[in-house]
Amino acid sequence: MIQQRKAVALISGGLDSLLAAKVILEQGIHVEGINFFTGFCVEGHTHAIRKQDKAKPKRNNALWSAEQLGIKLHIVDIVDEYKDVLLNPRHGYGANMNPCLDCKIFMVHKALEWAEKKGFDLIITGEVIGQRPMSQRKDTMPVVARESGAEDRLLRPLCAKNLPLTLPEREGWVDREKLYGFSGRNRKPQMALAKQFGFEDYASPAGGCCFLTDEAYSRKLVDLWQGRGSREYEMDDIMLLKVGRHIRPAPNFKLIVSREEGENNFLSGYKKQFIHLFSTSHMGPLVLLDGEPSEADLELAARIAARYGKGRTAEIVTLEIHFPDGESRTLEVAPMPPHEIKEEWMV
Amino acid sequence: MLYHLDARRLLCPMPVIRTQNKVEELQRGDTLEVVATDPGVLNDIPAWCRINGHKVLETREENGEIIVLIEVGTS
Repeated sequence: MIQQRKAVALISGGLDSLLAAKVILEQGIHVEGINFFTGFCVEGHTHAIRKQDKAKPKRNNALWSAEQLGIKLHIVDIVDEYKDVLLNPRHGYGANMNPCLDCKIFMVHKALEWAEKKGFDLIITGEVIGQRPMSQRKDTMPVVARESGAEDRLLRPLCAKNLPLTLPEREGWVDREKLYGFSGRNRKPQMALAKQFGFEDYASPAGGCCFLTDEAYSRKLVDLWQGRGSREYEMDDIMLLKVGRHIRPAPNFKLIVSREEGENNFLSGYKKQFIHLFSTSHMGPLVLLDGEPSEADLELAARIAARYGKGRTAEIVTLEIHFPDGESRTLEVAPMPPHEIKEEWMV
Repeated sequence: MLYHLDARRLLCPMPVIRTQNKVEELQRGDTLEVVATDPGVLNDIPAWCRINGHKVLETREENGEIIVLIEVGTS
């Protein structure tokens, strides 16, 4: 009797991983998906925050991919373990704070651990040579295979024909002739294959799935570390970087100003952890203050907060400032004119 | 047997991950009541249940909280 071979597929929610898994399913291999949550994933939770985004579908594309494929999906929380990848990448960062090569090595390694525990034979990814400037190059793809420990159990079905034979191909578990030789950033071959398989409405082929590749987000992350004098972070920190307008008028404190109702509601959940301000005389945003402000800083914060409310043109705005220990006070301030809010304060 | 999971203030996919991890501890036929605040769970938990062989018995919203009742299947 022929042994049923089993593959674990890294599913990001993008088109490439969807296609790679489908190609292997078509060869009669049992496939299950694995999806890693680093905390920096664009997929998922920021959908929920901004009210203006509420009309958009809130589907999780990794779950959607698994459902299209008819496979199980295991979502793994790697938030804590991922800190070491982000803080100490052996292969450095990409254009922003994205440690793409170390990230891929780490994820394939975690998939390998999972595969060994569950008795799976191979690992598949949607990688394509030349698709990404750091982790998906001809010279770095073997690094992923080697340093993850997966070696030749790692199969990239979309570009396998451009790579050396892997164990599943040598052993005849999969037919190399039915794999693909895609390369480069041109998405047309993937789109054509998606059409052939009948996949529609898949996630954006541009595929960026990590906030760390985003310049603005990376800037906020570095500012957070500099402001605290430490690169430690918690889940709440990285979530808050996705929300609101971040303003640092002084090295010792930063303001997070909500931009709309959804963000206001989200930031309300942090009232017990942060000093927070809001106007009582006019409609205005909830503002969180992260840091250790002086008395003068509190007044400065209040003037900035007042500038972003309906009282921005009023002579005086009344605000309440609440502290995590339960204390509060009222301040009356003149809203800061826009030209006094320095550009370099905007994180 | 009925079990409860508090996933309030967590944003997706964390409620799904917590649900998945809790279900792994349960037996077929057990029921899990998940309480969450992220509306994303209305899509994500049913999708996760469909692909993993569990059944959503009920979803409802109460006082800004979302409650999803799951019957553990064969997965």
